[in-house]
Amino acid sequence: MTEVVATNETILVVGGGISGMTAAIEAAETGKRVVLVEKRPYLGGRVSQFYKYFPKMCFPTCGLEINQRRTKMNPNITVLTMAEVTSLEGEAGNYNATITLSPRYINENCTGCGDCAKVVEAEFDNEYDYGMSKRKGAYLPHVMAHPMRYVLDPAIIGTEEADKAKAACKVDAVDLDMQEEEVKFNCGAVIWATGWQPYDADKIQPYGHDRFDNVLSNVEFERMCDPKGPTGGKIVRPSDGKEAKNIAFIQCAGSRDRNHLYHCSRICCMATLKQTNYVTDALGDDADVTIYYIDIRSIDRFEDFYKKVQENDNVKFVKSKVASVTQDSDGNPVCNGVDTEGYNRYAQAHDLVILATGMEPSVDADKFPVDIVVNREGFIEADEKNGGIFAAGVASEALDVNRAVQHATGAALRAIQVVNRVASTEA
Amino acid sequence: MSDLNTNMIEKYRNSFLNEVEANVEEGEWVKMCMQCGVCSGSCPLGNAWDHPPQELFMMIRAGKREEVLSSDSMWMCTSCYNCIVRCPREVPITHIMHGLAHYAKRLGMQPKEQPTAKFAQLFWDNLMKKGRVNELKLGVDLYFKVGEGMKTAMKNKDIGMAMWKAKRMNPMEFFGGHAVKDLKGFQNAIKKAEELEAARLEKHKA
Repeated sequence: MTEVVATNETILVVGGGISGMTAAIEAAETGKRVVLVEKRPYLGGRVSQFYKYFPKMCFPTCGLEINQRRTKMNPNITVLTMAEVTSLEGEAGNYNATITLSPRYINENCTGCGDCAKVVEAEFDNEYDYGMSKRKGAYLPHVMAHPMRYVLDPAIIGTEEADKAKAACKVDAVDLDMQEEEVKFNCGAVIWATGWQPYDADKIQPYGHDRFDNVLSNVEFERMCDPKGPTGGKIVRPSDGKEAKNIAFIQCAGSRDRNHLYHCSRICCMATLKQTNYVTDALGDDADVTIYYIDIRSIDRFEDFYKKVQENDNVKFVKSKVASVTQDSDGNPVCNGVDTEGYNRYAQAHDLVILATGMEPSVDADKFPVDIVVNREGFIEADEKNGGIFAAGVASEALDVNRAVQHATGAALRAIQVVNRVASTEA
Repeated sequence: MSDLNTNMIEKYRNSFLNEVEANVEEGEWVKMCMQCGVCSGSCPLGNAWDHPPQELFMMIRAGKREEVLSSDSMWMCTSCYNCIVRCPREVPITHIMHGLAHYAKRLGMQPKEQPTAKFAQLFWDNLMKKGRVNELKLGVDLYFKVGEGMKTAMKNKDIGMAMWKAKRMNPMEFFGGHAVKDLKGFQNAIKKAEELEAARLEKHKA
């Protein structure tokens, strides 16, 4: 059984991505007790799936690793992975939380040796690579997963595959009898850091993400560019595996569009400029990048980054939102539209088209386990009616990593104020 | 203020956008366009237009009254609604195109010999006579006033005969045709609407 020691002075952080980790660490390092709940089997969330950060083009393995270590070293933080908040009742200073833990089938004995993965043969779509690669039924979600423990896919439980994994384990870490369990505890304040998911590119019907192999979303392209990703970092066409050189980006794919997301997702312009760098770094003068845009929103100091990309002769900017993507007889995606600078009609074939899809809240407005005030786009409002529940990071609005972390620190401070009030009345 | 300044202010005073907002159906949406170009790229007849919708909107905002109202472009719209469906701002582009065409026609500024404009006039005149469209007369009018006359009529001869046999068309309709029940009432209603419309137009002119 999982035991959680918690009181009304404990802060519950929901979501273990970069915002949730930051909020948890900031609160814990001031001496507060924190329970960090994460749905995935590991911390780090979407950030762990990035190849590089903008604007410094450094790797998440750097910043994320420091936070993983701070989480691990701090005795005030209890981390629950594969866990979801199923019920939350009460008011600021006195909440009752119910957490449902899904079985991992691997206990704390796991050393991360990987013997189980060697013997298991069943394969599944790898969610870490957005389904672009396969993973085994016994798997480590990614190379720097924290906690560094394997996971058994529930689909192999009760099959010979599970028995093989158990037999292969030398440290007795495989526990096939693990059951789903419920944990209940008290907490004084809640930080909601459930983050985002990429807008489903299939819904943008004219762009054909669901029909054409060579139309990818930006999160898929991010995985493709990562040396640890499905193609080993090679930029190729999924249809025929040929190297892709002529690459188009379509901005505002789903964002700022009343048919899809009302809001500007803020990160997609910079994400595209970042990914343009992946292409020009990998291909040099062979790169031929076209960015179709309405306007480039590289806010404040990111303007320098934008200027540098503009200076690159291998990158072309076309002021136009592409009207539709079709496919020619060679399997090349073709961007059709009319540009705004001269109203010229174009039908341009590319090797690969990347849709710069935006962010939407990962939790539907009606799926929260507690009444919470959200805005039209489904992001959590800073509203007094939310009591002791505070949003951190992208749960509150579309933000980049830098701003999400700042926002999470602010949320931690608000939660600390609530539990401090509890402490002063109880003393 | 110097004359030069006043002249420049007059030059750039955007009275045409106001005029469009007041007189063109759904014209108040023109200012919402963010010039992304999805409408123009989505138009199946786009290459037949001198100015795609996105450009027309920009021209309205730039005060190019003559060029817009005498343009052939909005008459090319076939109401496929691709643009409305895809517009990220839900601008009712199709309706604005028809509104612009209608307004240009009211002012007598539409291009001469514009076939869509001619057909629209035939349709209207035809409808006004009996309060319902006499399809046979409209078809024949179309052949002779927009098409190639007898040649076009002969081309459609077989279809006409088949429709007659299937009782989908009555040749006797050609001589007068039947009217709606209360033709007088219908005509009065239209007359009243025309008076109101004329008064509104006059008011804006003043």
